[in-house]
Amino acid sequence: MDKVITATDLTLAYNNNETIINQGNFSINSGEFVFITGASGSGKSTLLKSLYGAIAPKHGELAVGGVLMNEITNKKLNLLRRHVGIVFQDYKLIKEWTIEKNVMLPLIISGYAKDVSEVQVQKLLTHVKLNHQMGKYPLELSGGEQQRVAMARALAHNPIIILADEPTGNLDDYSAQVIWNLLEGACTQLNTTIVVVTHHIPETMKVEYKHLHIEYGSIYEVS
Amino acid sequence: MKSLKNHFSLIAALFTILFTLQIYQILNRTITSYEESLRANYSIVVIANSALEEAAVKSQFSLVRSLEEISPENVINRLEKEMDKTSLGLLRASLPKFYRLSLEHYPQPEEVDILRTQLENMKQIKRVESFSKTHDQIYKLLLLYKGITQVFAFAVFVVTLLLIVKEMRIWQFQHAERMNIMALFGAPVMLRSAVLFRLAIIDAILAVLFVLAAFGVIIGAGWAEPYFNEINIHVTLFDYAKDTFLHFAIALSLSVFLALMLIVNHKEEI
Repeated sequence: MDKVITATDLTLAYNNNETIINQGNFSINSGEFVFITGASGSGKSTLLKSLYGAIAPKHGELAVGGVLMNEITNKKLNLLRRHVGIVFQDYKLIKEWTIEKNVMLPLIISGYAKDVSEVQVQKLLTHVKLNHQMGKYPLELSGGEQQRVAMARALAHNPIIILADEPTGNLDDYSAQVIWNLLEGACTQLNTTIVVVTHHIPETMKVEYKHLHIEYGSIYEVS
Repeated sequence: MKSLKNHFSLIAALFTILFTLQIYQILNRTITSYEESLRANYSIVVIANSALEEAAVKSQFSLVRSLEEISPENVINRLEKEMDKTSLGLLRASLPKFYRLSLEHYPQPEEVDILRTQLENMKQIKRVESFSKTHDQIYKLLLLYKGITQVFAFAVFVVTLLLIVKEMRIWQFQHAERMNIMALFGAPVMLRSAVLFRLAIIDAILAVLFVLAAFGVIIGAGWAEPYFNEINIHVTLFDYAKDTFLHFAIALSLSVFLALMLIVNHKEEI
């Protein structure tokens, strides 16, 4: 299997030089479902940030989609991000845009034709059961619905990787299950690599997954 | 509503700058026009022992526009009843030559002094009358008027510019989240900032249109004309081709420059 993400002696630190991740080693294969767990402040979100280039490795090597993240240029980072879908706990939808336009965002950025984008958005919003809400604005929807919109947006451009930072952290059990089902579906049906940062791995998971745990700055693979 | 209010703030700030600029332009045009009218009416009187050649004087003094002889006949005619012909003939022969010297522009007091000294140094010239006291007063008044206008315009410009910078900071907060989200999906800087530029351009255009409308009302109402007629000058309040272009250029440059500053200072925070 192709390796989509590889970290070799990866050290992550913020500007104040406080080391968050210390010489971590792991790899993630294409189409794999990966959970990253750890206590609050253990560095889970920091590790995820490094995967989409918001924080650069201090030492060691990190490659995402074959691109070395150590000294990546803005142009290359933008290109890489066009193949990555991201989901956040607080949804990060653009409030002044309609649901339709929010989902269309990655397609606009990737330069898809308008008619192609509209068909894709329609398909995705139907998939997340929100096609009747496409003219609404994010704040008119419930938290669960907003996260489904964020999921649709993350899937819109057929990314090779979806990175999710506690995607169900703000949701009730039902909405959380919907999100897990969507992530599992993307993994099994589209062969998308899924990396999820979470406190708890849901017991209802149907797909095989890899579990990385962070403790005191070290990354362990839990078997 | 809040966004509309912020939108309006930038338009109002740009409008203030453009309106002040136009007022300054009108004042400047008034002063220039008044200077021109003063220049046309201002002349130096030269009294010479012998005839002066206009070409010779003009070649010697670049400030001189024309040299016109003042005929003494009017004064002599008034004396016809009191003096006999022989005396009048003697008077006519002994009278010096009087000249009115017109200048190229309304001169500064120093220029008048230099010209006066140089003229007095010429052998044929007996006396030069520059009416310097009246000239100095008017000139200093004009300078004061100009200075006050410049200081006032500069102060308004600085204050309004600060308001615009503040306004743009509010924009930065408003747009930062959207720009960050777009960056997450790989949007290049220009695409992330497109809304900022669009708003900046729209606001600049609206501000210019409001200025055009305001001056349309002022010109249409004819409020300023009587004042200009009183001092016998004609001033264009708003040159619809030249001024509109200037206003567009200033408003667009300012707003686009400030939008650029926001983009340059923007830091991705996700």
